Parts: sequence; structure tokens; C-alpha cells
Amino acid sequence: MAEPKKKTIVVTRFDPDKDEAPRQQSYEIPVEPDWKVLDALNYIKDHVDPTLSHRWSCRMAVCGSCGMNVDGEPKLTCKDALSNHGDTVEVTPLANFPVVRDLVVEIEGFMEKFQKVKPFILRAKELAVDDGPTRQSPAELDDFRQFSMCINCMLCYSACPVISTEPDFLGPAAIALGHRYNLDTRDQGQAERNKVFREDGGIFACSYAGECSEVCPKHVDPSGAIQQAKLGNVIDWLTGLVLRRGDAR
Amino acid sequence: MVDVVRHDVVIVGGGGAGLRAAIAAVEADPTLSVALVSKVYPMRSHTVSAEGGAAAVPPGAVDDSLEKHAYDTVKGSDFLGDQDVIQYFVQEAPKELTRLEHWGCPWSRNPDGTVATRPFGGMQTPRTWYATDKVGFHMLHTLFQHSLRFDRIVRYDEQFVTKLLVDGGQCRGVVALDVRTGQVRAVLGRSVILATGGAGKVWPFTTNGNIKTGDGMSLAYREGVALKDMEFVQYHPTGLPGTGILITEASRGEGGYLINSEGERFLVSRDYGVGTKAELGPRDMISRAIIQEIEAGRGIKLPGKIGEYAHLDLRHLGKAKLEARLPFVLELSRTYAGVDPVTQPIPIRPVLHYMMGGVDVNIDGATVMPGLYAIGEAACFSLNGANRLGSNSLTELLVFGARAASHAVRFAKGSAAGNESALLEQTKAEGARIDGIRGRKRGGETLAGVRLAMNTTMESGTGVYREQASMQKAVSEVAAIKQRYAQVSLSDASKVFNTELTAMLELGNLLDVAEAVALAAVNRKESRGAHACRDFPKRNDGEYLHHSLVHYGEAGPRFSKKPVTLGTWVPEERKY
Repeated sequence: MAEPKKKTIVVTRFDPDKDEAPRQQSYEIPVEPDWKVLDALNYIKDHVDPTLSHRWSCRMAVCGSCGMNVDGEPKLTCKDALSNHGDTVEVTPLANFPVVRDLVVEIEGFMEKFQKVKPFILRAKELAVDDGPTRQSPAELDDFRQFSMCINCMLCYSACPVISTEPDFLGPAAIALGHRYNLDTRDQGQAERNKVFREDGGIFACSYAGECSEVCPKHVDPSGAIQQAKLGNVIDWLTGLVLRRGDAR
Repeated sequence: MVDVVRHDVVIVGGGGAGLRAAIAAVEADPTLSVALVSKVYPMRSHTVSAEGGAAAVPPGAVDDSLEKHAYDTVKGSDFLGDQDVIQYFVQEAPKELTRLEHWGCPWSRNPDGTVATRPFGGMQTPRTWYATDKVGFHMLHTLFQHSLRFDRIVRYDEQFVTKLLVDGGQCRGVVALDVRTGQVRAVLGRSVILATGGAGKVWPFTTNGNIKTGDGMSLAYREGVALKDMEFVQYHPTGLPGTGILITEASRGEGGYLINSEGERFLVSRDYGVGTKAELGPRDMISRAIIQEIEAGRGIKLPGKIGEYAHLDLRHLGKAKLEARLPFVLELSRTYAGVDPVTQPIPIRPVLHYMMGGVDVNIDGATVMPGLYAIGEAACFSLNGANRLGSNSLTELLVFGARAASHAVRFAKGSAAGNESALLEQTKAEGARIDGIRGRKRGGETLAGVRLAMNTTMESGTGVYREQASMQKAVSEVAAIKQRYAQVSLSDASKVFNTELTAMLELGNLLDVAEAVALAAVNRKESRGAHACRDFPKRNDGEYLHHSLVHYGEAGPRFSKKPVTLGTWVPEERKY
């Protein structure tokens, strides 16, 4: 039997009860060829240092818990193969969030932004069950389906250059979600959401760096959503302008 | 001083069932306040991992009927499902899925814009509604996002419930450990609904996420509420070897084949009791067929330590259909098995997936303890009996989440406030107990070591096939492992996000569940549904047409029985 391969995992540690500032801690561990980065963290937790704190659950890239920066790039650690990295792998908490402890970040700010875009169906008159399911063509579904795939892993917030300087920016995932409902034929809440979109820290704060779509593990393309939303809002505004002029005439 | 918050209804768990219940509760009464307490943010809940679909007779269907859905469910349950529960379920199912449609769930569509359905195992007609193959994900996110409309649903995220508050025999709230601060808090309410999901992490090889640790089952069990039908655990036929990651039954619903090492579609060429349903037989039978193929030397051998498996072949479906209907299967196979289903068969083997058993509740979701309700996988309504049909459970979350909520609301409104000082005393004591566990030094046992022992014992004792001797061994070994659990030493004394502490509490819950599963299993000397005994290969209605109950006891668990509610359909041989 060959010696198992070893890698050094360098992990950010921070316990606000004890540490004044985050520090790095290295663990040299045996690794299996098919491991994801999360497997290495779990190996450390179970066999080397049970005080390491990180979030994870589904380990199949859908619950969105285990986002971290791996060698500086935002990744779902359950999806990112360890073999994508060298003999030393650096795991740090997602950027642009306060750190609660070790690799665990505070996401309350994100949850507030999420709520702000009214991510639910708004209708003047609610449907009753007896009305039966609404009809929606496959093409109408395809218009928003991609934007409904967000797992709220927040990798896009870690990658976003705007958030790092403007913490109040709604951010890619929240805008993509609001836009998803705006595009849904069952919804009538576009005006309410667009008001939120046009506020300070809304869609026009986006500098279109496109990093969010690059790092998205679910190919949601939040950058595309923001561009579409910007276009829609500009057209709305222009239409409004034309109408107002029309009224004045 | 003990931190305390007060609500009318307290829901523990923010997955599909808990969210549906929360929405139903606030809709039932415009003055009502609901606490939704979850150890994770709701969108992390394990409902998110469900893939294939949710069953309900589609409105206006011509080839389908409520009777057919009910019969399929009764037969799938191997006649252990309660038929009054099943009748109510099939009747409400289309309404609940329609509600979800109104709330924005992106159901896949037919060309005419109606909701599309697909075939599923054990169902006579295509009645499984789907949103590609990410149905649990879309349902959970739709429910969570819809719940944000209601400010009377007050969320307590990342709060781990460690104890039920019981006074005068009535449940009056919970003690929640704030994972971020390490503080405990009394969350008081006049009724409590447990919606904490299953306990797949009892076993080593499972589709379940890390959070599926039987918390609600243990909370109720410890307060004297029995766990029902715990011997019935579902092995899903198609998990990825090694990781246990789920490859949805929708793969077979869309036309996939199961193949052995000789390239043979063994469900067609050999008699495994599934008849012409072939790959669309029920899960219990297909899992057994795969194991028998492997035992007969027709398994496919994997280099290394993972063991043998079968192949799920989707190649003949073609790239376009796979991308349209099964995109998640493509992603999971490529990422976690290194195979591309467009050109390669997927290695699969049976994997622990779902618990038919759970907290014993009646058709209203009520337990024997006044004020305490349970729903979802944490509960046993006896909808699923000895074997659940795929795609019934996502619908179950909605149907019985809503029903239990309406009963919990009614109970809360008719209930006087409890003795708050007694409840706060209990909370204080619970806080002290947790302080005593955090970072404690005991014997030489480790958390990972004890967990592995439990996993190994339960895998050999309560697998796809069971034997009296191995089940008996599991009963005694779990008791011994509980002793070892008491000697676990911990390392982390921090109050902030101490996941060693929560893992320790979770392991205690898992051991309660393991104890109940093993005892219920050894007491059923027949084969029914998912409980397949080599020593007793036949179903025995004369002696075993009953539900199993396991009751907690300081000195060890106690076993008892409860009658099955029959109805239209009398038990007959289960053959497809």
C-alpha cells in the first residue's frame, strides 16, 4: 500500500471569546483522491481538532450552507474538488460578511436584503384553490426559471466588488430573486419591487463586474438579471417621461 | 435571569412541513403569533434535497382518481397505512399542490400550460408533479419566500431546541440553545409542533444531510410520547456508492433502466414481484432486487473499498431529454461520481433514505400529550405504513402540515397560560445541563468514535435485509453504545457557534432513535414492506397487522402495539 497522499489545509480560526483577530491554523492530513474541500474540513473536525467550526449539511450542492473562500475564490466546499488545489489549500470565511467564528459568517444582513425585494407572488386579488392551477407556458416558465435556481449560498456576495465598498448594496442574489418574481407571469408586484430596485443601493449601484455570475455554482447569472432589471427600469422611466410629456401637451 | 419569548404556537423546524404549518397557523387566525424555531436557516432544511416530485391527482385528470391514488398508497404501505389518513391525504393533495402553484412554485409545464406530471414507483398513473428534478428545492424556497409575507411568523434561526417544556402534563414551549451565543432561551407557546425531519444519520450510508438527526423524535420520546413503526426505514434503490448522494427515482420515471454486471435489465428478466412495472416498482422491492443481484454474483465490482453496485442506465433517453428533465442528475453524477449519464451508466446501490416511522400522532397531528403535535418525516401519521411511495412525502408535508397547524391553533386558543415560573425553572435547569456538557471532560470516548459505532451497528442490524440474531445484537449494542456516549470527552468550551456541542446533543438524539428502531425491528417477526427478515420471509397478518410503539424508559425502552385502521381495502398479497 502506498502512503496516503497528504495535504496541508490552512484554515482561518477566530473565536471572539478568545481571539482579538482572526489567525491561520495549518493541519496536515491524509486525503483521498475523490475528496471535496468539505471532506477535508470534516476530517479535521472528526479526527484532529473538534473545535473547528463550519456550516454544512446536504453535501450535494443544494442546501447552500458550506460556502467559503478556497484559495481566495468563493466556492461551495462540498462541490469543490480538493484535487483542484495544490498541496497547500487555504480556506477562509466568505469575504464581505462579518465573521461569527472560524469559517462561519453572519448572514443576517443578507436575510434583510432578501426580504426587501419582496420575494413572493404579489397579486391584486389572491387566487382561490378552486380556481385551479394557473396556466403558464413552458416559454413563460423559461423566462424566469434560471433566476429561481439560487440556493442562497452567498458566493456572489463574497465575489462582488460593489458590496466590499457599499455594504448596503442589495447584491446579486437578492436582485436576481426579485427579478425572478418580476418575470413570473403569475405575479403583479413589479412596480413595488422596481421601487426597491431604484433606491440607493439598488440595481444602479451595480458596476457590472460580472464576478457574481462567474462564481455562481448554480449558473443563475445574477449579473444578467441585474442587467435585465436595469434595462426594464430605464424603459419604465423613459416611458413614464414620455407619458408625462404627453400629459402636459 | 432566563431569557423568555412568548408566542401562541411554537413550531420546531423550518423545512417544508414547518413552513407550511407556520403559514397555515397565521392564516387561520389574524391575531396569532407563531415562533418558527430552527437549528438552521429554513432554506438549508433537508426538504431542499428532495428531487423527483410530489404526488397528487392532477385537477381534471381523466385517467386518474383519488381512489386510485389511495389504493396505490395502501398497497405500497403493505397494508400497514391507516386508510382514513390515506383517504384524507389523497383528497387534500391536489389542493395543496395547487396552493403551492399559486405561491409561485415553478412546476414544469405541458405545452398547453397545465402542470406536467411524471410516472413514479408504485403509482398506476403519472401523477407526480415536478419542477425538473429539484422539486424539494423549489418547494422549500417557495414556502420560505411565501412565509416572508407574514410578520407574525417570528423566526428563531440557528436555535437548537434541546427540551420540551412540559407542565401539568401539557406541552407549553421549548428550550432553545442559541447556537451563535450559547445562551438558552424559553420559547413559550400554548401549543408546540415538531417538524424536525427524519434521522438518516443513524446510518453510515444515507442520502440525508448532516442535520437529519432525529431531534424532534427524541424530544417527544424523552417526554413519554411513543415512537411508532420505527422498524420501517426506507432504502432508496439509487444512491451513489461512497457518498450516498441521491439519484432521483424520476430517472426511472423518465425511462431509465437498472442493469447488472451481465448487462441485463434484471427487473424485467427475473421475478422480483414487480411484474410489468419493472423499474417503476416500489422502492422496497427494487432495493431488495439490487441486493439479491449483488449476492448472486451479478453486482458490478468497484476497485477499492466501496463494495458492489448496479448500474442505472439513462443513455437511451438522450441528451436533450436528460438536460430538460434531469439536469440535477447530470450535475450530481458528473460532480460526485465522475460519470456523464449521457454517455455512461451511473453506479448506484440502495441507500438509507427515509423513515416511515416517527412520533406517534393521530390524523390531526396530535400526540398523546396535550399541546404537542408532530408533522413531516419526524411524525408517523401512518400514511406510509411499511413502505412509502416515492413523491408522497413532499405532499405529506403540506397536507398534514396544514391540518396539524389548524388543530394546534384551535388548541392554543382554548388553552390557559401555564405556570410560567415552573417553565422558567425548567429552562434554567436545562441551561445548566448544557453548560455541563460544553467542553466537558469524561472518559476516553470520542464523539466520532461513538457515532461510528452506532452507524456500524445499525447498518449490520437494520439493513435492507435483517435477521433476528443481527437485530437482537443491535438492541444490545445500542444499549452499550449509550453507555459509551456517557463517557465522551469534548474539547470545545466556547459559547460561540460551538458545533461540537450541537453534534454531541444530536448524537444523543440519534441514539434514542437507534434504540427505538432496533427494538421495533426485533419485535416484528415477519416481512412487510421495508422490513425484510430472512428468518421470516412472509407477511403474517394474523400476528403482525399492527403498528409498533416504542416507549422511552430510564432503564431501557419498552415495546407495545397499536391497531391499524383498515377501510375500503382488505389486506391481500402485495404483487405488482
